Amino acid sequence: MSTPDTRDDLLIFERSHAGRRAMAQAPKALPAERLAAIPDSLRRRARPALPEVSELQVVRHYTNLSSKNFAIDKQFYPLGSCTMKYNPRGANRAAMLPGFLGRHPLAPESHSQGYLACLYELQEFLKEVTGMKGVSLTPMAGAQGEFAGVAMIRAYHEARNDQGRTEILIPEAAHGTNPATAVMCGYTVREVPVNRDGDVDLEALKAACGPQTAGLMMTNPSTCGVFERQIDAIAKTVHEAGGLLYYDGANLNAILGKVRPGDMGFDVIHMNLHKTFATPHGGGGPGAGPVGVSERLKPFLPTPIVGRDGDRYRWLDRNDLPQSIGQLSAFMGNAGVLLRAYFYARVLGREGMIRVGEYSTLAANYLLKRLEAVGCTAAYPERRASHEFLLTFAKEAKTLGVSAMDIAKRLLDYNQHAPTTYFPLLVPECFLIEPTETETKEALDAFVDAMAAILAEAKNDPELLKGAPWSQPVRRLDDVKAARELDLVWRE
Amino acid sequence: MSDIRAELRYASTHEWVRLEDDGTAYVGISDHAQDAMGDLVYVELPEVGQELEATDEAGVVESVKAASDIYAPVSGEVVAVNEALEDTPELVNQDPYGDGWLFRIRVADTAELEQLLSANDYREQLDSED
Repeated sequence: MSTPDTRDDLLIFERSHAGRRAMAQAPKALPAERLAAIPDSLRRRARPALPEVSELQVVRHYTNLSSKNFAIDKQFYPLGSCTMKYNPRGANRAAMLPGFLGRHPLAPESHSQGYLACLYELQEFLKEVTGMKGVSLTPMAGAQGEFAGVAMIRAYHEARNDQGRTEILIPEAAHGTNPATAVMCGYTVREVPVNRDGDVDLEALKAACGPQTAGLMMTNPSTCGVFERQIDAIAKTVHEAGGLLYYDGANLNAILGKVRPGDMGFDVIHMNLHKTFATPHGGGGPGAGPVGVSERLKPFLPTPIVGRDGDRYRWLDRNDLPQSIGQLSAFMGNAGVLLRAYFYARVLGREGMIRVGEYSTLAANYLLKRLEAVGCTAAYPERRASHEFLLTFAKEAKTLGVSAMDIAKRLLDYNQHAPTTYFPLLVPECFLIEPTETETKEALDAFVDAMAAILAEAKNDPELLKGAPWSQPVRRLDDVKAARELDLVWRE
Repeated sequence: MSDIRAELRYASTHEWVRLEDDGTAYVGISDHAQDAMGDLVYVELPEVGQELEATDEAGVVESVKAASDIYAPVSGEVVAVNEALEDTPELVNQDPYGDGWLFRIRVADTAELEQLLSANDYREQLDSED
């Protein structure tokens, strides 16, 4: 007979035992008169299927689960394009002050001056660091920021009665979200090819631009991990055709305090505070994707925005911005994330911001050179890395039969989180590696040692890679079966 | 070494075409393409009755690592789609030139077939991509 409590692979539901209670997690009993106020049509007919477990079981279950996490707090986490930097505890602590946590979203402005001041200063700070003329903090994730950005491009053309602009241009090296955003906003997507050295094919871009061009979406540095050197010419080409330039802020970390998207000619940008400004983003969120705009797009910014009249702060809404694309969430977006980003920015200051760009780039280039020295192949060997870089294992796949995925899985056995794999798609068998500025040289060296050991294994004992991981709570997951037979609901 | 069938025509975008006696043609993706994609988890096909021009987007194949457009190699009306792929997209991996066919098209102009790659031309293209 099994002894359920000592097994660590059970679901909380499988630990359930009728009649057990956990006081700390129990819902508060509502007074009878408030219960009576709930209309009959909204009342449950059956009890919810909740596990019945003791408080200690709950604590043990989730503590054990959390100890199995592969996380930035435990391991090097060089997930390219995701900027998995350390989330400073100080910013977390400040954002958790009772005055912030306890504030009701409908509290009057007069009771919220401190909170509004923080958000106002964050708006000003983001304007300064990106070179944009206006900022709205409200989008609740990168995807919503992108949506807001392209919706503003659309609103701008419509306000000018500039009909017939139906296309958004997107370089091949773009984030997958960019085409999705363009389509969500009613545009068709035209792809622009990338040269062998990672830059946009300028001639192809010129040929693609025309009266149908609404705008161009690009990431700079790109997902190839290189800075787009012809950005001036690209901006000129798109602007001359009457289109606007959209900057995907996924890779903003590389240029922080060094180059500003506003100075490069971009009209609209979204920033991922959960990447660049060190707010937590494991498990998909919550994120924050503020948008910044050039002068001509300011009237269209999403609301609410924090304004200042003299020494008083207040919400700006549709009355102040009648051409706004509107509100994207019930209140101010993910306020807690915005506050963490604010404290992060305040602690770093102007000097600190510049060091973010410098050290993230230094770490990436150091790691690239050392990995090349132990036998890894760079996708763009003649280019300097930005804050991230691409390796390709096409040679290993062909000659040794081990894929980038096998190497990635084997890294877990060396206690290293795998980098981003198979992205961008235009480089075969690739790793996209982003160490960030918060890692020590020792951590980077340990990753190089692991990669050197794995490359030796690939030659001498490839089965070690193909069967990896060997040391984790679960072995190689069947991602094909998971996609074909997705089943996430527990049933008795 | 991927399997390239001598009796088929190929598009540079890795679709194959097999002309039948009744003037319709089967379309699928090559063995090389299915191998490069990896295990497919989803296939989106055109509508029966849809008119396609050569190089039009005709559908999407999706694996755990990528999604890729399928282009019509020749012009014509779609007369049938492989409905089995809805539940068993792995047929494309298992038998790309047989049970893993994608759709069947009434070829508007058989001269278009001549403009596609022969098996030898397609082999050369794959070799040059390596």
